[in-house]
Amino acid sequence: MSMWEILFTAGLWASVLRIATPLIFGTLGALLCERVGVLNLGIEGIMTFGAMAGWLAVFNGADLWTGLAVAAICGGLFGALHAVLTVSLGLSQHVTGLGITLFASSFSYYLFRLVVPVQGTPPTIEPFGPAFPGLAGIPGIGPVLAAQTAPTWLAIGAVLVLAWVLARTPLGLALRMTGENPHAAEAQGLDPIALRYGAVICGSALMAVGGAFLTMSAFNSFFPTMVQGRGWVCIALVVFSTWRPGRALLGALLFAFFDAYQLRLQTSLGKAVPYQLFLMMPYVLSIVALVIMSRRARVPQALMQPFRRGSR
Amino acid sequence: MQFERRAKPPLWLTLGAPLIAVAAALVLSGLLIALSGAPVFEAYGTIVTSAFGTRLAFTETLTRTTPLILTGLAAAVAFRARVWNIGAEGQFYLGAFAAVACAQWLDLPGVVMIPALMLMGALAGVILLVIPVLMRVKSGVDEVVTTLLLNFIVLLFVSLAVEGFLKDPMAFGWPKSVPLPAEARLDKLVPKTRLHAGLFVALACAVAVWVIDRFSTFGLRARAAGASAEAATFAGVPLTGTLIRVACLSGGLAGLAGAIEVMGVRGYLTTDLSPGFGYSGIVVAMLAGLNALGVVAAALFVAAVFVGTDGMSRALEVPSYIADVTVSLSLLAMLVAIFFSQWRIRR
Repeated sequence: MSMWEILFTAGLWASVLRIATPLIFGTLGALLCERVGVLNLGIEGIMTFGAMAGWLAVFNGADLWTGLAVAAICGGLFGALHAVLTVSLGLSQHVTGLGITLFASSFSYYLFRLVVPVQGTPPTIEPFGPAFPGLAGIPGIGPVLAAQTAPTWLAIGAVLVLAWVLARTPLGLALRMTGENPHAAEAQGLDPIALRYGAVICGSALMAVGGAFLTMSAFNSFFPTMVQGRGWVCIALVVFSTWRPGRALLGALLFAFFDAYQLRLQTSLGKAVPYQLFLMMPYVLSIVALVIMSRRARVPQALMQPFRRGSR
Repeated sequence: MQFERRAKPPLWLTLGAPLIAVAAALVLSGLLIALSGAPVFEAYGTIVTSAFGTRLAFTETLTRTTPLILTGLAAAVAFRARVWNIGAEGQFYLGAFAAVACAQWLDLPGVVMIPALMLMGALAGVILLVIPVLMRVKSGVDEVVTTLLLNFIVLLFVSLAVEGFLKDPMAFGWPKSVPLPAEARLDKLVPKTRLHAGLFVALACAVAVWVIDRFSTFGLRARAAGASAEAATFAGVPLTGTLIRVACLSGGLAGLAGAIEVMGVRGYLTTDLSPGFGYSGIVVAMLAGLNALGVVAAALFVAAVFVGTDGMSRALEVPSYIADVTVSLSLLAMLVAIFFSQWRIRR
């Protein structure tokens, strides 16, 4: 199949949406944290833990939606830990986030190994199936939409909700104000600490759901290092999106398009080009996106600045 | 609850902070060991004897300490100046790659060969870190994300090399590089163990970094840039130049770590040369309070946790990931301990 023909296959576009889903959740989560002024580098570990926790719940007999909820709650707990350390204690957000990533990922591998000892093939669960198979009848995009599972639709819904909350509600205004100038927010009678806690906890829950998509929809089993830097890609996508949910969706789709396209080129170009060059593409693209957008990015003004009452 | 800054952190708290943090981390991971059903106190005992109990165990711990001292120093010098070098893992691999690749076309006697390869390794690390730091200084691209992403790119590049142009044709298809020539291998310190002369290089680097940090203008400027970039600029510190030099030192140390590891332990390059030495280096640096001499002690602790837990997990069937859990918990506990040595709760 030529490079051009690939573009017109439903398979390509169906996998674009599938690859984009964890990135959408992760990017929205990181975006929400950063909008209130907290950089959450725990994302990579939180996604790993979400992938493990959701999978483990379903493996132990819970249904898929309960599994997603378990992942979200675990993510929220790690978010609370990050908030205690960075919001209440005002510790370095970089180092704390990395510490959370190291802890959450090693903790999830440990728990996984406790429950599932080493064996030949990892055990599997029955993952999410297509949510609306009836859509296949629509000409053109029908097969693409019909192939998607429920969490993908949830991700797109989450974009709309977050975009509306941030741009159109008093809560959104309060959140954005906390990220721009927490002292001004406090002067308006808002509680910047509570707002930061809430946003970091909700954002981390979103990240964990993104991780859970990997084990509960994209694949059907968990294995260590499966998140593969997707969390860091999300952090780059937040900058690319200039901290706006709509553009985050666009960035995630664009990114997923390149990823899905390279996967297909890999199979059609065969051994002519080393496969590692294709695998490098997502990371290279993220760096390129960062460099392009950094010049005109409007960073939340209070990002990475701890807020302490009564001090400037 | 309100906090107020201590006028001067008490000395016992500053020195005791790492010990308190490590104790807290060990207690917490003890709870997790209990979760696996293994006897906790026996587990602690086995960790200690597996790390220090025999001559072989102790040399193995020191072998692990060597790269951790260097990656710990790399993180410490960078974090001091608030250059967030999270890319030590990538710099480590590129350093190891540079050493192996250059050994293929350099034909020198051992006395010249070994320092030359170490220099090439360090240089590779320098290049890999200077680029992201330049991008931050010139266009405001956050170096945390770029150095993190570069780790993945470098690892794929190494994979490409050991399966392609550096592949060992004698390895029966196993992805490993051609071996280093004998004159590029570091001497063993104790026969029949893996401990090699790289330990002394690492220790010398620790002393050198401590001297630079303490007694040179550059060290003062780097610390000033870290304390407050604005104040440093106002006081006449050339910020860009200082940050670039910090990047050279930090990246060079991490690249050197890779070159020494491949020349001292394995003798050939694979994609599993480092069990996360770059990331553990961050923990080492924080536990040491970013002090170069403290890095040696912290590296020994982290190495002992890894080596000791390896033995313990085999003996008591506890998943070996508990080592990473302990090390990451000690990082989080250390952050809290540092906070309480600088702030106190206002009554």
